[in-house]
Amino acid sequence: MELGLFIVLALVAMASAIAVIIQRNPVYSALYLILTFLSLAGLYLQLQAQFIAAIQVIVYAGAIMVLFLFVIMLLDLRKEEQRAVKGGYQLLIGLLLAAILLGELGLVFGGGVLKGVPGEFSPEKVSALGNTQVVGRLLFTDFLLPFELTSVILLVAIVGAIVLAKRRLD
Amino acid sequence: MFEFIIIMLVKIAVVFGALLLTVAYLTWLERKVIGDIQVRLGPMRVGYHGLLQPIADGLKLLFKEDIIPAEADRTVYLLAPLVAIIPALISFAVIPFGSQVKILGRTIDLYITDVNIGILFIFAVASLGVYGIVLAGWSSNNKYSLLGAMRSSAQMISYELSMGLSIVGVLMMAQSLSLVQIVKAQSVVWFILLQPVGFLIYLICAVAETNRAPFDLPEAETELVAGFHVEYSSMKFALFFLAEYANIVTVSALATTLFLGGWQGPLLPPVAWFLLKVFAFIFLFVWLRATLPRFRYDQLMGFGWKVLLPVSLANILVTGLIMAWR
Amino acid sequence: MVPLSAYLILSAFLFATGVVGVATRRNVLIIFMSIELMLNAVNLAFVAFSRFLHSMDGQIIVLFVMTVAAAEVAVGLAIIIALFRNKETVDVAEINLMKW
Repeated sequence: MELGLFIVLALVAMASAIAVIIQRNPVYSALYLILTFLSLAGLYLQLQAQFIAAIQVIVYAGAIMVLFLFVIMLLDLRKEEQRAVKGGYQLLIGLLLAAILLGELGLVFGGGVLKGVPGEFSPEKVSALGNTQVVGRLLFTDFLLPFELTSVILLVAIVGAIVLAKRRLD
Repeated sequence: MFEFIIIMLVKIAVVFGALLLTVAYLTWLERKVIGDIQVRLGPMRVGYHGLLQPIADGLKLLFKEDIIPAEADRTVYLLAPLVAIIPALISFAVIPFGSQVKILGRTIDLYITDVNIGILFIFAVASLGVYGIVLAGWSSNNKYSLLGAMRSSAQMISYELSMGLSIVGVLMMAQSLSLVQIVKAQSVVWFILLQPVGFLIYLICAVAETNRAPFDLPEAETELVAGFHVEYSSMKFALFFLAEYANIVTVSALATTLFLGGWQGPLLPPVAWFLLKVFAFIFLFVWLRATLPRFRYDQLMGFGWKVLLPVSLANILVTGLIMAWR
Repeated sequence: MVPLSAYLILSAFLFATGVVGVATRRNVLIIFMSIELMLNAVNLAFVAFSRFLHSMDGQIIVLFVMTVAAAEVAVGLAIIIALFRNKETVDVAEINLMKW
């Protein structure tokens, strides 16, 4: 059951990820990217990260990708759609990079580096306390400084986006 | 295990059936209430006081010609109505509509499921609803559709923000994201009394999120002919229609759960209280449509960002300060 | 029980797909989407490690990654709109004014 669900979600994620980069029409790319995000949210649920799964759907699928679609529709992209995916040396470089990455991972598996000391939050403990409660408590204790810093990043992003996208500054 | 699955399926079937029936008769209710407000009779011909009107409408839509525009993007065009309706129906999975009942010696909880991120689940699903509108507008290849879609995506993202913030006060007081727990936390006093500002913001945002008057700019029949679903006909149009009404039921049920104590109330059985409160909200929606004129687009965006957002942030701050004080 | 390595392989595959997308596509919007794909691949690895090493830190980091990604998208799309307004293109090969 669990394994079957993983296989289905993983296959959907992989297939739609490939579709994102080979589709000519950016709207289709965006739709396939949404599908990837949704299947990742399903995987997060399987990993007992319910809060992250919900935030994944709300932030990525619900906000970021709507923004993408908005911009794609706002720009008149008919000209670009006609162009084919560029092959040649760029494709070669891309595939080479991908192969190196996958190879590295294989080496890591072979070397057995993936051994860590188990932390204090075992799945049983987290589900007893509640996933959201644990995340919230850590966010406002151990990770308070980065949490506050992200608010600064968001403020900078708001100001930057408005300054860049506004037609003229009065 | 087997018993559990059977109970689950029955629950889903009952809730789903009741929801679809409510949605169908909402169209009748709306026409009747608006007719009454405008001193007309509303539908009277089909059945007693037009009671069979929804069925007649449904049959009519079913037999209409199904047109796909020649320049439309076929796949997305067919996908859009489904993307619109599914999120509208799924949200009901976590809304509790009663306490427990005993049937055939078994205690049955009157909700489909109680997840510990219930409210986040509803917001996640609701945030997907906007795609139905955006994709319908884009794939129709019609400038009115696209304009409607652009308006709606901007509007829904803007108001979703304030909507999310307006309920944070409730979540802080209930100390849970589970809707069942939130209802239980209101056994003494309803959150509408403790969070009046949050309730008001939620109500305004709910109207905007469901694209209803006075925030029905995405459709705006007088300027955009009908916005994102101009090109849709037959069953596909009916699906958009159903999605809009199902969304109204969902936000009403959510408002009931978050602010009006859910199914709790004296004398009457819990389910009756729940339905009573939900229908009070639905009536309010219809009333608003009959009363208020449409906003202008810049007014809508200005109101969302410059009034609702700061007020909802201030509401959270005040709630937090008062909770810390005690 | 799904092993950790399965999640990591999936994560690596998604990341590699993103890399290929960035290297081969010329539409700046799709390049941007490929970057989002890579960020998500990393997120998956974080959450998987968090589950298997019994630590919540991974999930917290994912939250931060998402916040930064949202900020990045807002600014990035604003840049793309400004660019399109001036050059009428989203093709990275034609945006070469600063190229020496």
